Amino acid sequence: MRSNMKKMVLLLCIPALLAAPLSGCGKNEGSGDDSNLLVVYNYGEYLDPEVIDLFEEETGYKVLYDVYETNEIMYPKVAANPSQYDVICPSDYMVTRMAEEGLIAELDMEALPNAKKYIGQEYWKMSESFDPGNRYSVPYLWGTVGIMYNRSMVDEEVRSWDILWDPKYYDNILMQDSMRDLFAVALKKLGYSLNTTDLKELQEAKELLIEQKPLVQAYVVDEVRDKMIAGESALGVIYSGEAEYSRWENEDLAYCIPEEGTNVWIDSWVMTKESRHKKAALEWIDFLCRPEIALMNFEFIYYSTPNTGAMDLMEEELLENDVLFPDLSKYKLEPLQYLGKEAERMYYNLWKEIKSA
Amino acid sequence: MTKTRRISGFLGLPFVFWAAAFIIIPLLMVVWYGLTDENGALTFANIAAIAQPAHAKALLLALLLSLLATAVCFLLAYPLCMFLVEAQKTSNSFLTMLLIVPMWMNFLLRTYAWQSILEKTGIINTFLTAIGLQPLRLINTNGAIVLGMVYNFLPFMVLPIYNVLEDIDKNVINAARDLGANGRQTFLKVIFPLSLPGVISGITMVFIPALTTFVVSSLLGGGKILLIGNVIEQEFMVAYDWNLGSGLSLVLLLFIIINVVVSVISERGEEELRRRKSDAEA
Amino acid sequence: MALIFLFMYAPIALLIVQSFNKSKSRGRWGGFTFEWYGSLFSDESIIEAFTNTITLALLSSLIAVVLGTAACIFLTKLKKRTRSILMGVANVPMLNADIVTGISFMLLFITLRIEFGYSTILLAHITFNIPYVILNVMPSYRDLNPHIYEAALDLGASPAYAFFKTVLPEILPAILSGGLMAFTMSIDDFIITHFTAGAGVQTLSTKIYSEVKLGIKPEMYALSSMIFLAVLILLILVNRVQGSSRKAQEEEV
Repeated sequence: MRSNMKKMVLLLCIPALLAAPLSGCGKNEGSGDDSNLLVVYNYGEYLDPEVIDLFEEETGYKVLYDVYETNEIMYPKVAANPSQYDVICPSDYMVTRMAEEGLIAELDMEALPNAKKYIGQEYWKMSESFDPGNRYSVPYLWGTVGIMYNRSMVDEEVRSWDILWDPKYYDNILMQDSMRDLFAVALKKLGYSLNTTDLKELQEAKELLIEQKPLVQAYVVDEVRDKMIAGESALGVIYSGEAEYSRWENEDLAYCIPEEGTNVWIDSWVMTKESRHKKAALEWIDFLCRPEIALMNFEFIYYSTPNTGAMDLMEEELLENDVLFPDLSKYKLEPLQYLGKEAERMYYNLWKEIKSA
Repeated sequence: MTKTRRISGFLGLPFVFWAAAFIIIPLLMVVWYGLTDENGALTFANIAAIAQPAHAKALLLALLLSLLATAVCFLLAYPLCMFLVEAQKTSNSFLTMLLIVPMWMNFLLRTYAWQSILEKTGIINTFLTAIGLQPLRLINTNGAIVLGMVYNFLPFMVLPIYNVLEDIDKNVINAARDLGANGRQTFLKVIFPLSLPGVISGITMVFIPALTTFVVSSLLGGGKILLIGNVIEQEFMVAYDWNLGSGLSLVLLLFIIINVVVSVISERGEEELRRRKSDAEA
Repeated sequence: MALIFLFMYAPIALLIVQSFNKSKSRGRWGGFTFEWYGSLFSDESIIEAFTNTITLALLSSLIAVVLGTAACIFLTKLKKRTRSILMGVANVPMLNADIVTGISFMLLFITLRIEFGYSTILLAHITFNIPYVILNVMPSYRDLNPHIYEAALDLGASPAYAFFKTVLPEILPAILSGGLMAFTMSIDDFIITHFTAGAGVQTLSTKIYSEVKLGIKPEMYALSSMIFLAVLILLILVNRVQGSSRKAQEEEV
């Protein structure tokens, strides 16, 4: 029996021998001198990879690039090892939290001439809601959260979050899989603030989301886009930037900001307090604020940019696009704020109840 | 002789050190975190938390689905192994090999591929609608999770069963036949009891990874199905509550210990059998 | 029977088809292309993940082989009770659920303030590889005739020389299969790596897991298809050679 077991194992393993010489010796870099290193931690697919090459070429730094899917995945990694990363791109409420907990450093605005010059005034003002005095963060991209729908499957006009509770769309609804984004939908439908810490309001939102769960096809993050393009679902909650891209791939798709109001978000670059490469970090942030570079990233991702320099380089037609650059006064928009550890835990426990329902 | 002993003691040092540093101490850390709160005070709250509805539901669902998956694995693997042992006699080991080759494609990718097969615009439903039938809701269901578990862990059931079946002395089977047992009797009274050790080790090898998985459920569950593995993974990677995560893992550890005890007992039984057999032969 | 094989191979066939799909979206067929097989080699992050996976597997199985073989020699010299306790401990990573093992490592490294990265993954992989080496080497070592080694010593060989000349050749097949088993386990691991990986270090498994949320890059399909086909061809060849040599043996008999 033993010999047979071994024969099996060997069969299993022979390929290993084949793979071994293929790999060669690649694991030398990263060791030793790391003074010209820069460790960047960003959302996945949130930067034109060519920008990294350009930055490396121009400055001589070596960029180590790592990505995450949600703020909640990024935060514990950084908190557990604060010196591991140099620059990060968190969303609004996460900036507040990281600043409060001393994880990120105040930025020397004098070292960021491009940021000062090109980031539009209204965006600096918007980010004051989570970073008073604009001390810690430089806006990178922004947008709204809304409903994307497939016009070949939805005949009615989409105006309100209510449609996501319509039994007609059983198994045809995609919701966001990040905690705050999911609650924001229910809270807005109920007419509450999406920053509420009132347990009664949150319980109500939870009940509503549990009631909705049988209709929901899946809770997903970035797959909403591909699934909507493939026609897997009729309705999906999505970030405005993804909406623009999806519309090119499938012209049946449309995007709407519900009338009850929604979340406006800003993702911003911050520098960790324990960063070992602060000079490089500032150079990186300022590099991204150059109009041509901001334009490259905009054209790669198609999320709204706060960079006025980049906007000047765009065609008129794009600027009139209501999804990318919505009239801020027309909609009820509210950024997410950091609510403190206890409230976070409360949200998290309620979220778990929804997920296990 | 003392010299050899000293040398072997010296050889053992790195291993003993390694086992202490990377097996014992890490496990004690889980116990420590599981039994304390964030201020370091002793508490049983993290373990008692398993009784909270969300956690209890996740554990029960995981138990249910993993038991189901284990049963399906067994029902598929046993006849398959009998067939393979037969085939082995006549042809070569090619078929057996074909069963193992898939393991050489990354298991995350293979599991993910099931999405394209099961989803609404996927292969099965496209086919169903093409022949005029109603499409089915396949992906993001408990059934999809069980399928994913079976798909991933089936080889763990096949290997041990195959090994014991191949090991059975053909003379014993022939003797049973000669003594007038029909096919069914031979199977129930001779083959199956002899293969039991393999079956038990197969069951334990499938059950534990299925019970504790968070990968299959997150790849095929569409975020709608929360198993205990998902809860623990998220406590660590998302909610950042290591105490609660550790406490819940201690509950899992209990199931693992039960499982190990069962497999040790059955192994003992197997050894006993073997000894008796060799005694008898002598 | 055929159904089980269909069940095992359907997803694989799909992945291979996908690797020739011109469209980047999973749900759409955009025409046939070899493009991804070319761009694969210029995609640094995939190549790096591949290299990491392979070097981790090589290093961890190599170190596990040395430690595990030494442990076997040490363990057989012990009294039965101590031996079975130590064996029990050594087997823990094999019997434990991966998620618990992963978590225990994460907590250890956090407490010791060891920075997460390549070396933490390596430590974890060595640890869960050791039991597979012991599992293979132990029976073979126990079956050895101890007198040969002692005879070599009596004839004046140094212990090391005696070991390399008399013991090692005998247990080498077991060491090799143990090492290969460890290598496979390391390549296939995701869960433990998930909990012990740090900034910028990715293996194929962790890379695929994070890409699932964004849509898997077609280059990944291409790489996996290549690995898979290489393995398949190799196995068929080995099988042929084995088959013909067996036949030759039978004829001789």
